[in-house]
Amino acid sequence: MSRNKSSSTPSQGIKKFFLSAFVVFAFIAYAIHERLTNSNAGLTSASAAPTSGASQDASASSTSVPTTDPSSTSFASNTSTQVPPPTSASSNPSGYKDGTYTGPTVDVNYGLVEVQATIRNGKISQVQFLQYPSDRRTSQQINAIAMPYLQQEAIQVQSANVDIVSGATLTSEGFQMSLQSALANAH
Amino acid sequence: MLIDLVKQTRILMGMPVTLEVVDSTARESLFDEVFDYFQSVDEKFSIYKEQSEISRINRGELKLEEASEDMKLIFELAEQTRRESNGYFDIHRKGIVDPSGIVKGWAIYHAAEIFHKKGFENFYVDAGGDIQACGKNSQSEKWRVGIRNPFDMDEIVKVLSVSDCGVATSGTYVRGQHIYNPKNEDQPITDILSLTVIGPDVYEADRFATAAFAMGRSGIDFIEVLSGFEGYMIDKDKQATYTTDFARYVINDSIH
Repeated sequence: MSRNKSSSTPSQGIKKFFLSAFVVFAFIAYAIHERLTNSNAGLTSASAAPTSGASQDASASSTSVPTTDPSSTSFASNTSTQVPPPTSASSNPSGYKDGTYTGPTVDVNYGLVEVQATIRNGKISQVQFLQYPSDRRTSQQINAIAMPYLQQEAIQVQSANVDIVSGATLTSEGFQMSLQSALANAH
Repeated sequence: MLIDLVKQTRILMGMPVTLEVVDSTARESLFDEVFDYFQSVDEKFSIYKEQSEISRINRGELKLEEASEDMKLIFELAEQTRRESNGYFDIHRKGIVDPSGIVKGWAIYHAAEIFHKKGFENFYVDAGGDIQACGKNSQSEKWRVGIRNPFDMDEIVKVLSVSDCGVATSGTYVRGQHIYNPKNEDQPITDILSLTVIGPDVYEADRFATAAFAMGRSGIDFIEVLSGFEGYMIDKDKQATYTTDFARYVINDSIH
């Protein structure tokens, strides 16, 4: 009996062959399908990635945030896209801790990209490409991209133990008015 | 009277100008020289003085090309600031030129330079609440600068610790509205009351405080993306919005 079972009939053998053939074919078809989908995705990312890279470069050069010379600081025409609205009060709204962080190496089809971000005072102070698909193969730097994180609080009266007071300039008129009332009190 | 020597206030350009020098070698003549400098700036740039150079330009009696070098420089700096602020800073308003938004910070900066050139290191120059603070105060600490409460002029709502930088506040109080959005001249700024800017020097802090205030609520965003500047904005609901690194300058000294 066992022998009968193990030695299959010709018809059984043909069935097995077709079954295996179907499995193999299905696998190949699946593999081809996956490959096509991947290469589509790859094409998309390949065409999208240089654009985002270019816009990063452009923003870095046009806003040129980190400079001590304000004369070279240009103001982007549309702040609203650049700057999120003020967020609610939080001691560390960015959630970033200081340090240097390296991202994983990502294959973007036309090369490998590896990015390192440096966080200082909770802000991204520098973004550096450790790997970048370019002929030069040198690391390319993007100037610090300011990540604006405004904070809010209700104003609170402080002690008046100060050397100097900064406030809106009193106009001549306003100042005279204030001076007069002060002098009136002095009587 | 030594105490009168180290700190003096005079009314110039329609506002109180205060000088304090900690270095003990300061002489009366030094204060006179700096106050005289402010006076000379006022003679040239005040639109309230009929015979000032700017008034003659505004009446068309003097062409800018024929004006003094200082006048040409101020016009250039104003134009530069206009460009850098995307048009929100503008000395042209309703047909006349009022350069006070540039002149004030510029004058304070140069007044401080007079002290520097004579070798003084620890002093401040305060003109109407815009400040160049250098070195340390009489307790050998950084200068303590209070931000005035726009709702109550006798109160301080923030205490800053600063040295070798400029602090300027633009704003309005209940009276004395004086900053307009140049892009909408008849629309005074009403939703924010005060914007304080800390910058590398008072000239930079003052011009950007003025420009940013004219932007209304988004002015603080403008300061946020300017490298080397921090800001503190107070709105009409007594809420303050401040830039990421502003807290670096803050001394907590609240009273309850």
